[in-house]
Amino acid sequence: MSVQTPPRPAAPAPAGPPPAAPPAPAARRGRSPKALLLDGGGVLAMVVAAVVLGMPLLWMALASLKRPDELYQVPLQWLPERFDLANYAQAADTIPLGTLFANSVGLTVAGAGLKVVLGLCCAYALVFLDVPFRRTVFLVVIAALMIPPQITIIPNYTFVASLGWLNTYQGILVPGLASAFGTFLFRQHFLTLPASVLEAAQLDGAGHWRRLWRFVVPMSLPTVAAVGLVAVVTEWNDYLWPFLVVDKPDKMTLPVGLTLLQNVDGMSNWGVLLAATVVVTLPVLLVFLLLQRRLVAGLTTGAVTG
Amino acid sequence: MAAVLAPPGADRTGPDPAGPRPPAPTVRRAGAARRRRALGWFALLAGPNVVLLVLFVYRPLVESFYLSTMQWNLGSPVARFVGLGNYVEWFTADSTIRVLTTTAVFTLATVGGALALGLGLALLLNRRLPGRGLARTVAFAPYVLSGYAVGILWLFIFDPRYGLMSTVLGWFGATSPQWYTSPPWPLVMVVVVYLWKNLGYVALIYLAGLQAVPQDLRDAAALDGATPARTLRSIVLPLLAPTTFFLLVTMLLASLQSFDIIKAMTQGGPLGSTTTLMYQIYQEGFVNGRAGYASAGATILFLLLLAVTAVQLRYVEQKVHYA
Repeated sequence: MSVQTPPRPAAPAPAGPPPAAPPAPAARRGRSPKALLLDGGGVLAMVVAAVVLGMPLLWMALASLKRPDELYQVPLQWLPERFDLANYAQAADTIPLGTLFANSVGLTVAGAGLKVVLGLCCAYALVFLDVPFRRTVFLVVIAALMIPPQITIIPNYTFVASLGWLNTYQGILVPGLASAFGTFLFRQHFLTLPASVLEAAQLDGAGHWRRLWRFVVPMSLPTVAAVGLVAVVTEWNDYLWPFLVVDKPDKMTLPVGLTLLQNVDGMSNWGVLLAATVVVTLPVLLVFLLLQRRLVAGLTTGAVTG
Repeated sequence: MAAVLAPPGADRTGPDPAGPRPPAPTVRRAGAARRRRALGWFALLAGPNVVLLVLFVYRPLVESFYLSTMQWNLGSPVARFVGLGNYVEWFTADSTIRVLTTTAVFTLATVGGALALGLGLALLLNRRLPGRGLARTVAFAPYVLSGYAVGILWLFIFDPRYGLMSTVLGWFGATSPQWYTSPPWPLVMVVVVYLWKNLGYVALIYLAGLQAVPQDLRDAAALDGATPARTLRSIVLPLLAPTTFFLLVTMLLASLQSFDIIKAMTQGGPLGSTTTLMYQIYQEGFVNGRAGYASAGATILFLLLLAVTAVQLRYVEQKVHYA
């Protein structure tokens, strides 16, 4: 039932970016001038690719530090004269940047945490509890992967509105909590766990709850990390749903706040807008740089991550 | 109690009252109690997730079909049943051809472009060159960033007067087109940003595929005098076919649903020239408030996505048979 797993690349959890093949010393030694030239060409092409792909982010950071007169200049001024945080201050004056940041952090932590817990519990039940209809329940979970969230926005919006949840945290959070992808990955991993350990735990009198948190989860940490990190990135970046549910600034998340700033400031004030853009992107970028292996493993495992 | 721990497929190892050898009554009572306990735990552990899936995934899916047969405006107390009226209206609307064309162009350009450029990047990163780890990180980074933020950032880069893009084009003697206002440039702009954001993902998946291509095969081809281009075409690409297929499906699904970048950069305009089907659903549903009509569009998008998934499932099944 590997419906959403890639046909062959990236094994579920611990894969990470593919490990570098061991260097071949024989090939390294007697290199012909032609091969060296080819290598030089390769390095050059790689540098060009890295500059083209990396430049926009660098440009964003630089522009967020420039004064208006530095921004609107032809020919371009590449570097700001001095590192001036005035744009950030002005962004924080226009929209409640601190509140938005706190909202984003809170919703991301709560959303990702709950998603992982729900997925772990559900996967444990699907693998270790012998009930007659568990195969049906598994199919219900896995089939949900095929239903794109974008299709459900209108009915979910009216439903959340009828609950009185517009402009609330639970309105942003709850509809996205159900975990199909995470449950699927956890289940695949749980199936590979050695039964002997759990049998021993059971003989020692450990109940299901204890077995799940004391034995199954510690043996599944790489998968938990991968699913959790993907959830963190997805929640942080989520735009359409929080944008629909919230129109009061005090409940907005950062990406939605960008829209607010864009509407207030228009396209006239690039420095301020880009400062806010840095605030939105920098945290995820840091998470990515620090935990690259696990995050990439999670992101490249499945097709539908929402 | 071993049944509790049995792997799936080894179901029903517990005592079965209908079985050939009825167990002693006490054992059966114990078995029933155990089953009840297992059911209780199952409900407790799987229940919340399943309830949420039913409430926020399955229920709205069904409701969306139902809404698509109604003439109903968002927030309005009255809804009128119109049968397939919304679908008829959609298929006969003037804008539909434009929306479908835009969707097709956007999807083909983003999927085709991402696969081609991603493969190129992967071939480059697959070579043992200094600094390739850094290049890989730089290439993948945009994939994890907020689509909306990325849209804003690129809007600044595309600024026809003060943008980085106009300067770069100037180096090659070209003048910047009016990216914001004169079609087809807004669509081109959105496609470029989408490619930039997703390229690293495609390259990384291809890289994983490439590293599974046996080096002996390439060496053998080289010994037989095959040029690198020939080796790529005759050996590497065919071996990458499953990866390509996976990426094709994944990128198609993602591209058909993409929203954030378009919302940030063009809001579907100017003159609807960047309004894809997904964007039209949002616009009809939430800007124009025509929830019934938008739901019909959502159903059509759902069927499109389902068709892509169905092809994938068929193919995966075949793979399993041959494996």
